Amino acid sequence: MEAHSSEVFVIGLTVFFLACIIGYYVVWSVTPALHSPLMGVTNAISSVIIVGAILAAGPQGFDTSKIFGLIGVVLASVNIFGGFLVTYRMLSMFKKKNKKTKEKE
Amino acid sequence: MVAILYLISALLFIFALRGLSHPESSRMGNIFGIIGMIIAVFTTLMFKSVLSYYEIGAAILIGGAIGSFIALRIEMTALPQLVAAFHSLVGLAAVFVAAAAFYDPVAFSIGKVGSIKTASLVEMSIGTFIGAITFSGSVLAFGKLQGTISGKPIVFKFQHLINALIFLLIIFLIVLFVINQSPTIFWTIVIVSILLGFLVVIPIGGADMPVVVSMLNSYSGWAACGIGFTLSNNLLIITGALVGASGAILSYIMSKGMNRSIINVVLGGFGGEQDTSASKDNSDKIVKQGNAEDAAYIMKNADSVIIVPGYGMAVAQAQHALREMGDILKKEGIEVRYAIHPVAGRMPGHMNVLLAEANVPYEEVLELDEINHDFPMTEVTFVIGANDVTNPAAKTDESSPIFGMPILDVEKSQSVLFVKRSMATGYSGVDNELFYRDNTTMLFGDAKKMCEDIVKSLSA
Repeated sequence: MEAHSSEVFVIGLTVFFLACIIGYYVVWSVTPALHSPLMGVTNAISSVIIVGAILAAGPQGFDTSKIFGLIGVVLASVNIFGGFLVTYRMLSMFKKKNKKTKEKE
Repeated sequence: MVAILYLISALLFIFALRGLSHPESSRMGNIFGIIGMIIAVFTTLMFKSVLSYYEIGAAILIGGAIGSFIALRIEMTALPQLVAAFHSLVGLAAVFVAAAAFYDPVAFSIGKVGSIKTASLVEMSIGTFIGAITFSGSVLAFGKLQGTISGKPIVFKFQHLINALIFLLIIFLIVLFVINQSPTIFWTIVIVSILLGFLVVIPIGGADMPVVVSMLNSYSGWAACGIGFTLSNNLLIITGALVGASGAILSYIMSKGMNRSIINVVLGGFGGEQDTSASKDNSDKIVKQGNAEDAAYIMKNADSVIIVPGYGMAVAQAQHALREMGDILKKEGIEVRYAIHPVAGRMPGHMNVLLAEANVPYEEVLELDEINHDFPMTEVTFVIGANDVTNPAAKTDESSPIFGMPILDVEKSQSVLFVKRSMATGYSGVDNELFYRDNTTMLFGDAKKMCEDIVKSLSA
């Protein structure tokens, strides 16, 4: 059992470091003009923690951990909807110099 | 099957960030992110142990409604506060998930109450610690950005020593927690970490907020990572690492934009009134003042104008009036461009979003290194709400606190128009010698009002 769990940890660690490296390269490729939307998106996806909250809220009945889980689901949902929507709003404002804006004038 | 769906979700998150490399692909990126999240949530709902669909559905609806309401109503100038508030929720959610795992370890298959696996306990308490710090730090950052709490750095004696001792105390508590698994100690860790979060952000001043907001962004990622390790969930680990890396890189870029190390920013206390001595020398120098009509006249007769916006533009909500001014100048055949300093505003990319909101095409908005060499060929530079990022002292005066900071070379353009409310110094507390140059005209007044008046004069 102990050997098994340490193996799981090493796999987790491997995944962690590889993900850090991917994150490093992907984030450096983000154009500085979009750094605010980047924060919006990362904020939304970090709420993937909702997965843990759902597992805690999953069982029937109402014990302490279920209530914690449900609170976690509410908090993470605020972020997921809020984060993606505000990013959507920001990104939809970034426009090219095109006919549409000229027609408006 | 579950692992594969989680993998797809993680890949979609990576594509979501990748999409942000260009405005054209960014919208698709956001959609990838949304699909990834939907897959992650539904995959988890399919778990055998997950039975209470109604309660979970209700929780998602409540949270979703609140989040959507806020996101749709928020003013773009208030984005930094919003992001800080959202970070605090991620931190708090991490604490609750860790607490849930502690009270019901069976649901996460990490052992039984009272005999949880040691590794899980360590991971759980680290997740809790980072989550709680993210929570309280973000709440304080929110207060400072919103103006509820003074943006001035609050410093007191032995501040860093106290923080260090609290940190050691937390490590001690974690060790104790791993040994006896007591709920009392778990909640003590939560409370002490919350305290530490407050203390870490309190000495950091308003204009250093871009770094703080990025740092908290990073923390919220590491918190998710900690929970991912506790649950042995690769999706959480990958996503947390992506977010953590993203925040860390943004913090680095922001500190670099101020020529300071992250540590220097984190230790805080920068800015404020301590540097008044330097500004006294300039009291007898002459400042050339102008009004909106003068500004309109100068710009109308130029071939090229570069606009340098700063936080003052956001405060005055001047972006729409400014764009209108730019439009009129463009119609006159004048080349108009915008120059953005990396640390302009209160969060990374803040100015870009505000200008985009005012319908300025993104091709006209350039970064420091893209436009800096064009200032000598430019006739007029229009500085609105920016100060320290244009101060030539950063290049020449070694004694200046901002020495070495990369700045926009506005002084090299033929003439400079400087919109400012008063002669007050910028955030750094340093006087700007630019004000006293022969080719500088100061336009005193509210940024928005000034732009509107210039528009009137231009159209007259």
